[in-house]
Amino acid sequence: MQKFSDLGYPGRLIAVEGLDGSGKSTQIFLLKRWLEMQGLKVFFSEWNSSALVKSATSKGKKQNLLTPTTFSLIHATDFADRYERQLVPLLKAGYIVLCDRYIFTAYARDVVRGCPPEWVRGVYNFAALPDLTFFFKASLDVSLSRILDNRPTLKHHEAGMDLNLSPDPYESFRIFQGRIFEQYLSMSTEFGFLVMDANQRIEEQQGLVRRLVSTHIDLGQFRLTRAA
Amino acid sequence: MPRSKSAPKDRVSRIVGTNVLVPKVTPKTFYGHGIPDIDANHLTGKLIAVEGADGSGRSTQIARLVQWLEASGHHTVQVGLKRSTLVSEELEQAQQGNILARTTLSLFYATDFADQLENTILPALRAGSMVIADRYIYTLMARDLVRGVDETWLRNLYGIALAPDAVFYLEVCPELLVQRVFAKNQSLDYWESGMDLGLSRDMFDSFLRYQGLMRDTFRRLQQTYGFDIVDGERSPDAINAELQSRIEAVLAGH
Repeated sequence: MQKFSDLGYPGRLIAVEGLDGSGKSTQIFLLKRWLEMQGLKVFFSEWNSSALVKSATSKGKKQNLLTPTTFSLIHATDFADRYERQLVPLLKAGYIVLCDRYIFTAYARDVVRGCPPEWVRGVYNFAALPDLTFFFKASLDVSLSRILDNRPTLKHHEAGMDLNLSPDPYESFRIFQGRIFEQYLSMSTEFGFLVMDANQRIEEQQGLVRRLVSTHIDLGQFRLTRAA
Repeated sequence: MPRSKSAPKDRVSRIVGTNVLVPKVTPKTFYGHGIPDIDANHLTGKLIAVEGADGSGRSTQIARLVQWLEASGHHTVQVGLKRSTLVSEELEQAQQGNILARTTLSLFYATDFADQLENTILPALRAGSMVIADRYIYTLMARDLVRGVDETWLRNLYGIALAPDAVFYLEVCPELLVQRVFAKNQSLDYWESGMDLGLSRDMFDSFLRYQGLMRDTFRRLQQTYGFDIVDGERSPDAINAELQSRIEAVLAGH
């Protein structure tokens, strides 16, 4: 698999990955603000957000219709829709595309749900790899407490209740997130994740994110071009 | 009792008699890893797929097979494309608007298939029913292949699918198909004419070329998957007789 830069795209894709509560969304938001402030062409895309597929996904989740296989395929459909209609055209137009979660989220979750890794990777192999992938590695306890301290109502799939790990949603969430964390760690070297210490202060992390982005990407190329 | 009298009596007993043949259980396989936690050995029913273009006589044949199987004492369940609870509505919408790109549409259909496989096909087979699929993965693969989707990718994707006990492809030449479609409807269907491929701006011309490509692709898939190519240009009776005898063999465990 190749990165967008290897494929000759003028744009660059930066992805953030990590557990819920790892602070990755905060960091990518601050990165986006910083890039926009410099007048660069930036686009932000979130996991699970394609309008058409969303209605099927939420129906499936609400009515508890999803199995590991259909859960995997419906998310792949959603991702493909964004990939083909949004990410690829923007990258061809020379944008910096920021993705809150990319294919690694699917690799981790679907495998934890029992789909074979080779199959999941095969399904997603139409997609190129990000040019940069940040993995926000907070200790499992920190991530869990960031989510669970507010005693939120955890959704069925979010808590991994479909895996029958525990009848208690909080306990199920803990075990489920622990398994996803292991999957991320095992992918880290293979895919060259830039591993961030997500236990650090927000500003410390953001400083490092900005330094790494400007080292790896020639930002000057991405200025908004105005019609003459 | 004279021999000559036993023949008609047998025929009557086949229709209204009390003898119901119990199908022989034969081993089943998935094309790839299948579905997590499903043991193919527990599937005692039979899966029969009927493939073919619109106008190939698919629906007629399926209706007659169901009639015959039920009359013979076999519980029968029908599935088909775009019939899942999960995504059928959304898939229909997407197709009407023609808004989805190639890979997305392909995955959407795969989701629809997987939902029916897990929630209808496999439970019915486990319960010992006959499942008749009004098109199966081969139509989905052929449609994608003529649109340039990678075959290796498709084979991995459909590694979830169960290999049917019999697959019939009703082959009808594009020239006859177009006549049959017009005999039934007043217009050609956008997708069945492959208009999204840009083969021709003329719909009639595009239909013939697209259906020709589909037939070639089915013939190529037949080499891999070894299904039955059935001459669909004959009378419905002749075709049905062929399908019935093949299915009788399947029920007998051949």
